[in-house]
Amino acid sequence: MRPILAKLSRDVPAMLGLAIVVVVLLVAIFGPLLAPFPEDAAASHLTRRLRPPSADYLFGTDNLGRDIFSRVILGARGALAIALTVVLVAMLIGVPLGLLAGFRRGWLSETIMRVTDVVLAIPQLVLALALAQLMSPSLETAMLALSLTYWPFFTRIVYAETRRLSASLFVDALRGVGASTGRIVFLHILPNALSPVIVRATIGLGFTILVAAVLGFLGMGATPPAPDWGLTIAESRTYLPKAWWYATFPGLAILFTVMGFNLLGDGLRDLVDPRIRRSR
Amino acid sequence: MLRFVLRRCALVVPSLLGLLVVTFLLIHAVPSDPAVAMAGDAATPEQIERLRKQYGLDRPIWEQFAVYIENVARLDFGESAFSRRPVALDIAQRLPATLELTFCALALSVLLGVPLGVVAALNHNAWPDYLLRIFSVLGIALAAFWVAIMLQLLFSMQLGWLPLRGDLASTMARPDPVTGFLVIDSLIAGRWDAFVDAVRHLALPAVTLSLGGLATIVRFTRAGVVDTLQQDFVFYERAMGYRWLRLVWIFVLRNSVTATVTQIGLLFGGLIAGGVVVESIFDWPGIGSYTVQAILTGDRQVMLAVTLLVGTVYAAVNILVDVLHGLLDPRLMERG
Repeated sequence: MRPILAKLSRDVPAMLGLAIVVVVLLVAIFGPLLAPFPEDAAASHLTRRLRPPSADYLFGTDNLGRDIFSRVILGARGALAIALTVVLVAMLIGVPLGLLAGFRRGWLSETIMRVTDVVLAIPQLVLALALAQLMSPSLETAMLALSLTYWPFFTRIVYAETRRLSASLFVDALRGVGASTGRIVFLHILPNALSPVIVRATIGLGFTILVAAVLGFLGMGATPPAPDWGLTIAESRTYLPKAWWYATFPGLAILFTVMGFNLLGDGLRDLVDPRIRRSR
Repeated sequence: MLRFVLRRCALVVPSLLGLLVVTFLLIHAVPSDPAVAMAGDAATPEQIERLRKQYGLDRPIWEQFAVYIENVARLDFGESAFSRRPVALDIAQRLPATLELTFCALALSVLLGVPLGVVAALNHNAWPDYLLRIFSVLGIALAAFWVAIMLQLLFSMQLGWLPLRGDLASTMARPDPVTGFLVIDSLIAGRWDAFVDAVRHLALPAVTLSLGGLATIVRFTRAGVVDTLQQDFVFYERAMGYRWLRLVWIFVLRNSVTATVTQIGLLFGGLIAGGVVVESIFDWPGIGSYTVQAILTGDRQVMLAVTLLVGTVYAAVNILVDVLHGLLDPRLMERG
């Protein structure tokens, strides 16, 4: 474990990513304590509408006089909660299916993998939007729709790893000494297949934040007055070009967060699979 | 080569069928009554009942699916509940605008991305490389809908250089449709003013849509060229006094772009799906804004048709990518 961490700490972009992720996590956890106007999640102050950025209101105020800096901070929790839930649910569906398809041979394995291929070929954004809308738009349905379109990535990875590992010598040896299938799969194959899953999950978190922002932007995710980043950008469109700050800062928050997860994910991938290093 | 292409095409049919099954099931598993959605708010129960009969919605789901497949085989995708016109007609009318936008975005990404990737690789671990790496990290993390709004804000609203939305000024007479591509049609008609206006309308959405792809292409080209530059043949040719730039831009590049070509293929499908939001922000009269409208009104026929369309494009592009790989590296073809 220690040499791995030492290697990661020499990777400047990955460390930057890690720092960003930690900052975003802290902001998500302690948001209400950090925000200068925590009540602005829902309150409105019509006397200070659409003020440009200043020392009091770092990112300006919106059409209801709410401090955008506070709302960007308060929005981190929602964005991370959506991303974590989606990726977790997708893992809970995808990983067992991958294990099953990888360890068992025959029609079951074939069926699982064909369905996985098909779901991967469906335009993810379109399907997620369609499902979210048909199931009556709300945050929960948006998350469910995203999970239902993201699991195949995990199935693919776990399937490939399981196939590789179950053909390896140590599994034969385990069988030889009489280990049960359950023991081999859960105690030996699963932990070995986990690192690529973690890499995928890290990149998936960034990706899900982006897609969830699109859902919020189209009004299919969070509902007002939630300080959701995508929703805020949608609300700001009426007040452009005058209130440029209204649309700009929530977008920068998305960019910052997604970039953090992507950089960290790339760094982790380089560790797990040095063959596809992006630089040497 | 022909056998290879034919075999790949034959394999596409079952996977598209599978795609339809999954989408159909997912969309129909959702508890909402399409007949009610189709009939609108003012409909009487009798009207809803009649619609349900007319579209076979009172039959079991597998029967509905069989009917749907039969219709799709005849290229009949049903009627849009929103526009009250055949979905196939709507799509045919809107497809050229989407293709025009997608091709422009893809052309921008490739024509800028490949040279920039090579430049980054040649300056490996020097400032142009760092700059391009920062750019490619940012490009992938950008939310396209936000970029669209920022570009509108800057270039249309503040500076007033480019139009805000649409594909042609409303005061401008449309050139006769020949290809359906506005830029080409206006040239065919000899309408210079329409051509300039069409390009000006195309600029912002195309740039927005190209950014993600540009970042990906820079990244993969760079990685490929960095790898190839370390191969023995490069050292040999250099030692033999071969012109460096010619060596890089022809032989090294050809040996480096396999992964890039794969990415371009993946991008094309992504661009059509990603165009959904960008099109609706710029009011671009293509498939994307049509899809957003269909989703917001719960128009199932359109959702199914669009999913199938994107799936087909995806499959077709993947076959094309395999053929390109074969042309770039004949060794791959032998392995099948």
